[in-house]
Parts: sequence; C-alpha cells; structure tokens
Amino acid sequence: MRRKIYVALIIIVCFLLQSTVFQVLSFASISPNLMIVVCASFGFMRGRREGLTIGFISGLLLDIFFGEYLGFYALLYMYVGFLTGCFKKQFYPDDIKLPMLMITASDLAYNLIIYLLRFLFRGQFRLDYYMLHIIIPELVYTLLVSVVLYAVILKINQRLEAVEKRSAAKFV
Amino acid sequence: MRRKPKFRIPAKYVLPGLTVVCIAAMYISFALNLGGGPLNTLAGTIFGPMQKGINSIGSWMSDRADNLKSMHEVMDENEILRQQVADLTQEVNSMKLDQNELESLRQLLDLDKQYSDYEKTGARVIGKDPGNWFHTFLIDKGSEDGIEIDMNVLAGSGLVGIVIDVGPHYAKVRSIIDDRSSVYGMVLSTSDNCIVNGDLVSMTEDQVITFSNLNDKDNQVQLGDQLVTSNVSDKYLPGILIGYISSISEDSNHLTKSGTITPVVDFEHLQQVLVILDKKDMGTS
Repeated sequence: MRRKIYVALIIIVCFLLQSTVFQVLSFASISPNLMIVVCASFGFMRGRREGLTIGFISGLLLDIFFGEYLGFYALLYMYVGFLTGCFKKQFYPDDIKLPMLMITASDLAYNLIIYLLRFLFRGQFRLDYYMLHIIIPELVYTLLVSVVLYAVILKINQRLEAVEKRSAAKFV
Repeated sequence: MRRKPKFRIPAKYVLPGLTVVCIAAMYISFALNLGGGPLNTLAGTIFGPMQKGINSIGSWMSDRADNLKSMHEVMDENEILRQQVADLTQEVNSMKLDQNELESLRQLLDLDKQYSDYEKTGARVIGKDPGNWFHTFLIDKGSEDGIEIDMNVLAGSGLVGIVIDVGPHYAKVRSIIDDRSSVYGMVLSTSDNCIVNGDLVSMTEDQVITFSNLNDKDNQVQLGDQLVTSNVSDKYLPGILIGYISSISEDSNHLTKSGTITPVVDFEHLQQVLVILDKKDMGTS
C-alpha cells in the first residue's frame, strides 16, 4: 500500500512538472520526457509486472489530457515498462550505465514510434530532420534530467524495499 | 494477522490483456469520436487545480528570467518604438478617413455587426503537451463555463487555435502551429483563399507556418500581407487575423502559390487566451 501511494505520487509529480514547469524551462522548445524515465526505471528495478502497470497508468494520464485517441500513450508506455522489466536480472543499484542505456533506448523507440504512426502516415517524410531537431535533443535533455531523477527514484525504491523487508520479517 | 496468499495474474497474460484494452479504447474513441468521458471529468477535477498552481510557479520563474534582459536592449527598443508610434499615428489618421467611409458603406449594406461583436471569455493556460511533437495545451475553463468543442481561441488579436476536447473545468486546445492543424485562410488585400497548415519543421526552424493552394493569378499578393480566416471555413469564424505572409513562391503547377506565414501570436509564451463563445453556424447539425 505504502509503495502504491509513493509510486502514484512520483507519477503525478512528474506529470505535473512535465506539463507545466518543464514546458517553460524548455530549450529551443524541446522539453524532457520525465514519464519515460519513471516507467523505464521502475520497470528496470521492479520487473515486468510493475513496469507495465506503471507504464499503463502514466500513459493513460497523458491520454486523458493530451492524447488524440484514448489508449495510444497507455499502450506505448506500457510496453516501455514491460520491456525494460525484462532486464530486471541485470539490475544492480550502483550501476548507472545500464539504466541510462535503458532510458536512451526507450526514449528513442518511443519517439520513433510516434513519428512512424503520427507523422509518416500523414506524409511527413523528413525523418532526418525530425531526428536531428526533435528526437535527439529530447533524448539529450531527458538523459541530463534522468541523472538526477533516476537517483531520486532509486533512493525512494531502496527505502521502500527496506521498509517492506522489515515489515515482512515481523510476520515470520 | 495472517496474510492470504494473493492470486496474481502473471505479467505475460496482463500485457496482451491490457494491449487489447488499449487498442479497443483507441478504436472506440476514433470511431465514435469520444473523449475520455467520465475519465476526463475525474482527472480534470484532480489535476486541474494542481496544474494551475504549479504553472504559476513556472511562469513566475520565467518572468524573473525575462526581467534580467539588459537595460540596453530596452532602450534600443524604446527608440524603435518611438519611431513606430510616429509612423502609426500617421497611419491611424489615414485609417480614420477610411473608417468613416467604411461605416457609411456598411450602413448602406446593413453589415454593421458582423465581425466585431463576438462574445468572448478569458482563460488561462494551465498545461502544455508534455511531448515535443504536438502543440496542444489546456486552459482552465470548461463546459461549465460554456466552452464547447470547435470554439475558436484567440490571444491578443490573433488566432491561436480551436477547442478539440472539453471537460467540466478544463478544455484542450489545438494551436494552429500544430502539425495536424489546417485552417482555411484568406489574404485580406485580395480576398484570395488558401489553406494554412501548421508545420513542425518550419515552426522549429523559422517560427513560421505554411500556406498552400493560394490562387493568385495576377501576382497581387505581397510579402507582409495580412492573412485572416476565410469566410468559407467551416469551423473558424471569418476575419480573425492569423499572421503575415513571410515568403511566397509559385508551385510547380504554375496555378497556385504556397509559402510561409509568421503568426501574430507568440506561442512560446502563451499565458492568457480568449475563447470566442460564438460558434460558426453551418446549419448542418
């Protein structure tokens, strides 16, 4: 229960920050994608099941407020959570390279799919342009922010796990 | 207290299940043109106030940053503006003459109140699309304040966009610089119609949007001409300023022209907008 509340709080705070403050703090009208950092890092730390649930919920939130069709972002973020969850066995708290790699891959895949489904099909063929001016800048900015955000999420997760372990030990 | 062993569906079944749910939801909202419905209401009541609060912090921060603009810059601007005032005063005088003439002609034609008297309501921007692909934003007024889908949204004197979704206390607006947006426009000087499309590429590159299908046989349309919404548009009210033509070129078919428009609205720093409560009545529904 405690975990659910904390995770919900993280999602809400990231969603609010991303749709308000980070839109103001954007460089060259590019803003970072905090939601994908949350989904990828939780999937990575907690496994497929939790990853896909968190992805689904945060995607749904985006759908309701900014989506064109309900379910589109939910689907994307759910797969991000699930696929990063497959790498749970490789997770070590001290290692920062692999999470960064995960976030990079997720963000790239996410934006490429949006391009494919929402721009290419409308006849916007300049992938190279979109790559250079939207996808890569967003990736760089996201990675910069995720250095901090990932550390925060990691800390919260460790704290939660410690609490859970303690309360589980009581019942033995 | 003993814990019951909880039955959990394994992830490999949850994923396809939720996938089907998502696709079904997408299909339904696409086919029936539905928004979130009750989900909108629920989410709007929870998140609206929070977004409003945080956003005011964000704009406060950006205001502080803008204040650091150097004094020098402001002085230069002052100089230019003085010059402009002189020019404009002259222009206003000649306009007044035209205005008088126009009024008398309008009275003759009984067109008096066609354009000027739209009922408007002010609204604040409370959130912007978190991604970098689209330009939609949320405003803090919704169906309870009389906002409906397809209402036009202005900022200052220029067109911002159109309401595409509405909840009880918020509404979603798609701006005209969004890649999906297209507006029927008209060159004010010659009354030639054209189609104005939002364009992500030209917007990120030069802060302009594109127009196409302009029929201008006699080459009368010039750079700097005003472009307004056309009276043949089915969702936009006529005569709202979109922007000024910043480049123009002939298409390869030698019949039509296309080019770019600089919008009058500063979409980067949008904080307050006006929603026109009158909708264009096409008499279809």
